[in-house]
Amino acid sequence: MSDDRTLLNELLEKQKAGGLKPSDRYAIPPQPMPAQEASERRSNISEVAQGYTETQARLEAMRCLQCKTAPCMEGCPVRIRIKDFVTAIAEGQYGEALAIIKENSLLPAVCGRVCPQEVQCQEKCTVGKKFKDVDKAVAIGRLERFAADRAGAAPAVPQVAAPTGKKVAIIGSGPGSIVAAADTRRAGHEVTVFEAFHKPGGVMVYGIPEFRLPKAIVQQEIDVLKQMGVEIVCNFVVGRTRTVDQLMKDDGFDAVYVGVGAGLPSFMNIPGEHLIGVYSANEYLTRANLMKAYNFGKGADTPIAVSKRVAVLGGGNVAMDAARTALRLGAEKVYLVYRRSEKEMPARLEEVHHAKEEGVDFRILQNPKRILGNGDGNVAGMECLKYELGEPDSSGRRRPVPIEGSEFTLDVDTVIVAIGNGANPLIGQTTPGLELNKWGNIVVDEKCKTSLEGVYAGGDIVLGAATVILAMGQGRTAAAAINEYLASKA
Amino acid sequence: MSHRIVSKKQLSEHVFTMEVEAPLVAQARRPGQFVIVGVSDDYGERIPLTIAGADTAKGTIRLIWQRVGKSTSEMADLKIGETLGYVAGPLGKPTHIENFGTVVCIGGGIGNAPLLPIARGMKEAGNTVISILGARTKELVILEDEFAAFSDELIVVTDDGSHGRKALVTEPLAEICGRDPKPALAVAIGPAIMMKFCCETTRKFAVPTQVSLNTIMVDGTGMCGGCRVEVGGQTKFVCVDGPEFDGHEVNFDIMMKRLSAYRNLEQKAHEAYKQHRCRIGLND
Ligand SMILES: Cc1cc2nc3c(=O)[nH]c(=O)nc-3n(C[C@H](O)[C@H](O)[C@H](O)COP(=O)(O)OP(=O)(O)OC[C@H]3O[C@@H](n4cnc5c(N)ncnc54)[C@H](O)[C@@H]3O)c2cc1C
Ligand code: SF4
Ligand code: FES
Repeated sequence: MSDDRTLLNELLEKQKAGGLKPSDRYAIPPQPMPAQEASERRSNISEVAQGYTETQARLEAMRCLQCKTAPCMEGCPVRIRIKDFVTAIAEGQYGEALAIIKENSLLPAVCGRVCPQEVQCQEKCTVGKKFKDVDKAVAIGRLERFAADRAGAAPAVPQVAAPTGKKVAIIGSGPGSIVAAADTRRAGHEVTVFEAFHKPGGVMVYGIPEFRLPKAIVQQEIDVLKQMGVEIVCNFVVGRTRTVDQLMKDDGFDAVYVGVGAGLPSFMNIPGEHLIGVYSANEYLTRANLMKAYNFGKGADTPIAVSKRVAVLGGGNVAMDAARTALRLGAEKVYLVYRRSEKEMPARLEEVHHAKEEGVDFRILQNPKRILGNGDGNVAGMECLKYELGEPDSSGRRRPVPIEGSEFTLDVDTVIVAIGNGANPLIGQTTPGLELNKWGNIVVDEKCKTSLEGVYAGGDIVLGAATVILAMGQGRTAAAAINEYLASKA
Repeated sequence: MSHRIVSKKQLSEHVFTMEVEAPLVAQARRPGQFVIVGVSDDYGERIPLTIAGADTAKGTIRLIWQRVGKSTSEMADLKIGETLGYVAGPLGKPTHIENFGTVVCIGGGIGNAPLLPIARGMKEAGNTVISILGARTKELVILEDEFAAFSDELIVVTDDGSHGRKALVTEPLAEICGRDPKPALAVAIGPAIMMKFCCETTRKFAVPTQVSLNTIMVDGTGMCGGCRVEVGGQTKFVCVDGPEFDGHEVNFDIMMKRLSAYRNLEQKAHEAYKQHRCRIGLND
């Protein structure tokens, strides 16, 4: 650490003396993220990545070249003024850095932790390009997190305009909904969030585990909404408790934002999927997170199976989260079984990396053929096939093809399926006239307006399973359109 | 919103009923639907329970449950005036009710509770309603008086003959299906094994049969997939596609296996809870 401090002082001197040249900046080593030891964190649920120190953050920020064209901004779905906030951090102006981020993103503490930066801003970063290694790009996400965490426990409560007398209903409380609620409330409308679960926050609360995104961070954002005067009603299932129609016709809501997220997990449709010990990742993670399965018998009481040997199917963030949660719930062996090659895994690089460090056994180019049961109907193993990469398919990726006769059996007692989700069917089923596409996702225009007047939608229910930042972006677009619509509706 | 318990009664050794304030649910609910309740607002098991009735004027719904695990025991320990952590619903698709002609309603054990509003709804729609209520022994037959109040014919059976006929529900069911004219519809709700045998019985007479499935559930909105069942060879989700299905298409064997999934663990938590109650002197 003191070496870092010396380096920072030298650089600051140099800057004062006449500025840093690109070669000086390239020479600064990329700052590693401090993290809990793999052996230790396997058995706790505290956050793995612990955040930059101040010195590290300033050093990392000095690696930025302040490119005129700012390609990083192109890569950001909500177009944060990246080089400006990075410069502010380099100068030690952390409050200003956060203010710049907040112009475009309401949830920097979340996005800094969970955005797939290596395929967004950091992929485009000139520094990474220079080293031909995206891992060596400016660590924009870590800097974003630093700025957010530095601001301390209490995020500022945004100003709310004078009451307009208009009412907005926000359905669901995921990231898209949080942004839509904040932005419509800021315009002075009366805003109510309806959430089906007993805790608000959406996937950020029941899906993404504590060790990656502490629940307290999400709770803070919910508290800000409350302080702004947004009403949050939990255990309210729109479509059942009240329909969208009833909210608008009987309860006086002038506009609705639908942000109910993804639903209906996909299964493999292979023999044995109904056996005891086969879970969707959604069920597994919800039990672990929302019902605190890791406290089983110690107060929390969701009876998630106490698994010893686990196979997780899939290669996305959800699969990584399930695998790493299984370790923390006490599994001795966790396999991650993925049909394609590691390059094609859609998970964030950092998560893949962390999962490996923690001892998850990656079984690449393998795929289950059937799940085997014992006499009691419990999972007793999984028969798999090995795959190889064949000819490129229509997407240009080389298609994995099974190798005949390569069957082998993994000795597992639990199988967690994390191969994706369909659309949440409830709003579609109960809202006549709402246009859906053939997968059941809600169809919207570029302003996130649906086929029904006054009804807007965004996030996973529109995009299919996507990302926090894309959901937030749509929440913002929809809120702007709602504000415009309500202003025109004197 | 606070969910105050306004009345509570023990119906048999392990079966309880309560009326609890939930005005929005009381207003929206239809026969066949259920709620998910939590004893506390924090981190606990979410318990799916069918709505046995509602009073819109009082804003209350009626729940009937069996003490099986930790959470249902905690619910049984709550007193009048105390509150439930949350009540979410109503969930599931309502029962399709119309005048079919004659409807035979078969309830097994605790299944009488969800059956009650459906049977009553069928009566109100103009059907002739024949009710068959079955249980292991006399004291486990619940809600008999309430079924008697509107059923055109009521048959009670017990395994041990301590009350009504000594038979399984399938015996009178077969007799009724053999009548001329045969019933237009059967509705069977109870333990999975009972529903399975009811469906095998009615199949022989080609009497269409609805069953209501009570699976494991987490969210109840079609997100987790925990409630999946196989119907007609396809995967269905009880919370959004059900809870009622064509009984002749349901794969009961798979469902029974899945239901037993959590049994051992639930028992473990229950044991721990009972010991805890002993220590703090709650046991009577
Ligand atoms: C395990 C996991 C890990 C992930 N990791 C990442 C990651 O690292 N980075 C990333 O960017 N993205 C990640 N994602 C994806 C990301 O979480 C989602 O894209 C994002 O949360 C979608 O936001 P949303 O606004 O659509 O709402 P969601 O977060 O999907 O929330 C929807 C909310 O609506 C509620 N709801 C549903 N139906 C109703 C109803 N009828 N009435 C009322 N409320 C209802 C739900 O209970 C839920 O709270 C992950 C997802 C999962 C499951
Ligand atoms: S592309 Fe990289 S180096 Fe250039 S401005 Fe953006 S963060 Fe800085
Ligand atoms: S209870 Fe989760 S999908 Fe039905």
